[in-house]
Amino acid sequence: MNTEKPISENELHAYADNLLDPARRSEVEHYLEHHPEAAAMIRHLQQLDQSLHNLFDPVLAEPIPASIQFPPIRRHYGRRAAAAMAWVALGAVLGWSLNHRDAAEPANMLETQLVKPAAFAHVIYSAEVLHPVEVKADQEQHLVQWLSKRLSTPINAPNLAEGGYRLVGGRLLPSTDRMAAQFMYEDSSGRRVTLYLRRGAWDNKLTAFRYSRDANVGVFYWIDGELGYALSGELDKAELLKLAVIVHPQLNP
Amino acid sequence: MGRSDHRRGLAPRQGVNQLHHLEQLIVEQIPRLRRYARALIRGDHSRADDLVQDCLERAWTRWHLWRRDSDMRAWLFTIMHNLYVNDLRRYRDGPSFVSLDSEHDNIALDGTRTEESLVLDDLHAAIGTLSPEQREVVLLVSLEGMRYEQVAEVLAIPLGTVMSRLSRGRQQLRTLLSEARGPRMRRVK
Repeated sequence: MNTEKPISENELHAYADNLLDPARRSEVEHYLEHHPEAAAMIRHLQQLDQSLHNLFDPVLAEPIPASIQFPPIRRHYGRRAAAAMAWVALGAVLGWSLNHRDAAEPANMLETQLVKPAAFAHVIYSAEVLHPVEVKADQEQHLVQWLSKRLSTPINAPNLAEGGYRLVGGRLLPSTDRMAAQFMYEDSSGRRVTLYLRRGAWDNKLTAFRYSRDANVGVFYWIDGELGYALSGELDKAELLKLAVIVHPQLNP
Repeated sequence: MGRSDHRRGLAPRQGVNQLHHLEQLIVEQIPRLRRYARALIRGDHSRADDLVQDCLERAWTRWHLWRRDSDMRAWLFTIMHNLYVNDLRRYRDGPSFVSLDSEHDNIALDGTRTEESLVLDDLHAAIGTLSPEQREVVLLVSLEGMRYEQVAEVLAIPLGTVMSRLSRGRQQLRTLLSEARGPRMRRVK
C-alpha cells in the first residue's frame, strides 16, 4: 500500500463519478477499504447524485411544451434570418459603392442614381417577410396607375411567368433626386428578384444591358430614353440575364 | 417544414440532407437541455424553457459553426451556458422558496409528504445557494454525467477550476443537506 500513489480528493470525485480507468479504480477501492471517512464521502457523493437525478429526471419524461419549437417557428426564424442576411448584403453593397466612389466619371451617374439604389432597395425589401411590397399584385392595375402617376411617366409591371416568377407587388421609393418604383417577383421556392425603375437625365439615351455585381446581388441595368431600369437578384449572371431578356421587350418594345 | 423555407442562403442545396440530420441531432437533446435549464433556473419553469428556446434559436442560426464530428450535446450546452452567463439577470431564479409546481411533491396517501420528497425539497433549496458557476459544474457532472475535461470545454474554464468548483459545490450541498436532516426547520425563503 505504501507503494501506491496517494489518492487525491479529485480522484475520489472521479471515482464516485465513474471516470477512473479500471486500474486506478481498483487502487481507489483498496484505499477505501482502509479509509472509512473517504468511503463515507463517496457514499454521500453518490447519494447526492442520485437525489439530483430523482429531482430533475422527471423533466426528461415530460412532453415538450408548445413554447419550445425546433426548428424555431417559421415566421420568427424567417424574419430574423432574413434581417441578418439583409444586413450582410447591405454591408457588401455599401462596401462596393464606397469602393467605386472615387471614379466620379459621368458613367458613374448610372451607378449612383440607378444601380446602387436599386441594389440597396433589393437587399432591403426582398428580405422583408411581413411587408415586402406596398401594393400587392392582386391590385396590379391600381399599382401600375399609381406608380405611373408618381413617376410622371407610364410604366407597367412586366410579366415574368415565362421565367418562373410571379409578381408579388410593388412600392414607391425615394431615389437620389426623384421618385423610383420597385416591382418584386418571386419564384416557387420563394426566391425574389426586383425591378427598379426611375426617370433621369441620363447622358446616354439608349444603352445595352450592363451588368454589375457585388457579393450576392447581381444587377442588370439599361437605359431607354428617360427611363433607367435595373433588375436585381441573388442569382448567377446567366439566370439573371435570362430574366432581363424576358423583361426588356415588355418595357422597351 | 418545407425545404423552401431555408432560402436566403442558410441552406445551400447540398446542405439540405446535412441540415435534416442536424435537426434530428438537436431535437434529441431537447429533453436534456430542459432538464439542465430546469435545474439551473429553479422555481420558474417558463423561464427555464425560455432559455432552452433561446438556445435552440441560436443553434439554428449558427448550425454552420457546428463541426460535423464534434459532440452535439457539448455544443448545445456551450451555447446554453453562454446565453445563461451573458444574461443572468434575465434567467435568474424564480422565487427561492420551494415552487408550487415542483414535480417532486410525492404526497403519501395519508396526505403527508414522504421523507424522500422532503430531502428533495432541501436539495432543491440547497442548489439555490450555490453560485451560478458552482451550480453549472455540479449539474454538468452529476446530472449530465459529463467528463471533467468536457465540462472545462463547455464552460471555457481550466480543468483545475472545474475540480475546485465541483469540490466546493458538492461540499456545500452535503453540508446543507446534513444540517437539514437535523431538527427540521422549514426555511421558507
